[in-house]
Amino acid sequence: MCYHEIDFKTTFGKIKLDKIMSAIAETEVSNLAKRPQFKEKYGNFIGGKFVEPASGQYFDNESPIDGKVFTKAARSNKEDVEKAIDAAHEAFKTWSVTSATYRSNLLNKIADRIEENLEYLATVETIDNGKAIRETRAADLPLVIDHFRYFAGVIRAEEGGISEHDENTVSIVLHEPLGVVGQIIPWNFPLLMATWKIAPAIAAGNCCVVKPAEQTPTSIMVLMELLQDIVPAGVINIVTGFGPEAGKPLAQSERISKVSFTGETTTGRLIMQYASENLLPVTMELGGKSPNIFFSSVADADDDFFDKAVEGAVMFALNQGEVCTCPSRILVQEDIYDTFMERVVARTKAIKTGHPLDGTVMMGAQASNDQYEKIQSYLKIGKEEGAEVLTGGASNNLGGDLENGYYIQPTIFKGNNKMRIFQEEIFGPVTCVTTFKTVEEAIEIANDTMYGLGAGVWTRDAHELYQVPRAIKAGRVWVNNYHAYPAHAPFGGYKKSGFGRENHKMMLDHYRQTKNMLVSYSKQKLGFF
Amino acid sequence: MHKRVSLTPAAFDLIEELKAIHGELMFHQSGGCCDGSQPMCFEKGDFKLGQSDVCLGEIDGCEFWMSKDQFEYWKHTHLTIDAVNGRGASFSLEIPYGKRFMTVSRLFTEEEAQDLSPLSFVVD
Repeated sequence: MCYHEIDFKTTFGKIKLDKIMSAIAETEVSNLAKRPQFKEKYGNFIGGKFVEPASGQYFDNESPIDGKVFTKAARSNKEDVEKAIDAAHEAFKTWSVTSATYRSNLLNKIADRIEENLEYLATVETIDNGKAIRETRAADLPLVIDHFRYFAGVIRAEEGGISEHDENTVSIVLHEPLGVVGQIIPWNFPLLMATWKIAPAIAAGNCCVVKPAEQTPTSIMVLMELLQDIVPAGVINIVTGFGPEAGKPLAQSERISKVSFTGETTTGRLIMQYASENLLPVTMELGGKSPNIFFSSVADADDDFFDKAVEGAVMFALNQGEVCTCPSRILVQEDIYDTFMERVVARTKAIKTGHPLDGTVMMGAQASNDQYEKIQSYLKIGKEEGAEVLTGGASNNLGGDLENGYYIQPTIFKGNNKMRIFQEEIFGPVTCVTTFKTVEEAIEIANDTMYGLGAGVWTRDAHELYQVPRAIKAGRVWVNNYHAYPAHAPFGGYKKSGFGRENHKMMLDHYRQTKNMLVSYSKQKLGFF
Repeated sequence: MHKRVSLTPAAFDLIEELKAIHGELMFHQSGGCCDGSQPMCFEKGDFKLGQSDVCLGEIDGCEFWMSKDQFEYWKHTHLTIDAVNGRGASFSLEIPYGKRFMTVSRLFTEEEAQDLSPLSFVVD
């Protein structure tokens, strides 16, 4: 239990440990979290109400836990998207002029309601996505709650600007919301990624039209059921459906003021292309192939820090590797390779897999069948390219009720950075290790990728601690830690990983216009005419 | 001359179905997060190609494209486009039908690598 405590504390920062501990203790008795009752189907959430999709059609939502359909989601089209945009525009008339205090209080109420229902939402998220409930309880939901509170806080404290240019000229800088924003959410952290986009947008006074991912359309609808009496009608609208049918008309709309997208590069380009037709701003988060670098000094002592570094390498298995910043390339300085990797492999083998609703299980199911198949195709090409399997390397048949779920063994390959498994985002519990001799070589390998989202640097050397992170072309470099996502730290990519940031109060400016009032107090004409 | 990209019967059938609905199609291999590393199928011309892209060949009469920087890491592998059941995300046209195109890769043999079909590019 002590190990869990350290684990969660260091990984996720602000987490209610007592809640996690009691949740874990509870499940040790009852083992599996209780499955909630789902509605037979969920319509779209538009204008504060659940409404039928225009097509009248719904699609099955299968749980990755067992491959069984547990509810249905609305199959929306352009008509539904237009309705949602209408509702958002209507709401914007009043929402955009509410006081920061009002919006702040409302965000706090949202956070409180989520906290009151943490166990319920964690269970729903696990059923929708397949990830272990140990993580939804300890990471996804606590981070969602904290994120709403963070933006509730910053909008109370921040200010515009004023400057006196000369004795008669004053420049006033104020912020104004963009309007109605379109937000396309990925399936890896359905509630958390939706929160990363929704919280700053509504805090800044915008109204949202949100399109959740096809694989995970349900948890956000369950959340909106809980928030229905808190959020004013039309401020948050959710339209489920398929990319070509519902995502495309949202991205193409002339009536939105911004598109925010998390996903992959081709769709990112397509969305930018659509946005360019309307000269809309976009924010893109498109993934990575993050290096996690371990320098010799890590193994100077077999102490707590060494243990923490070993865990840092095993972080590739967090969320079954379905994280844009999955540390999927481990770079180890040659002289400590044996000592370090022996422990990393042992720790990886100790990952408890099993039923995602079992509070003691550390790693759950991949989110969908096609992902499951894709990961296996990468396991195959990895072996074909000559990479050595240090552990795992295959699917994980858990049998029984889980026979048809999508499980993969946590896998470590040893190879070189030119192999495809070192260059492509596998989005599964698969990492690849290689060695380096010098600091320069570590930096060269780290930057030899199309992407630049995350990176990890582990060392006891004060110079490496600063100089290496600065030399890595990535938006987030974790130094002597990994996979922490505090609301107060900006997150986003360099290179093909996208642009714009999420988290941090700077997000407010991604959802606002700058209004400059340039005021003259002089009564004298300029004299030009 | 050896092809760089081919397709399975399942992918052929799915392309034919989609052609009947949407007309001429094209593919662009994605990279990155979530549904990255998957091929995306669009109506021909819907995705704007640029100088940064390279065409690897055709499958069932549809051009198959990839960004050049990604191709640098993929060029030693042969791609087979398959179709599997599964709920994928993205704007790819097969998504509503509960199917997903999938790229399966293998290394070119030495013999194949000596004689690969030519690449093509966007012409100014």
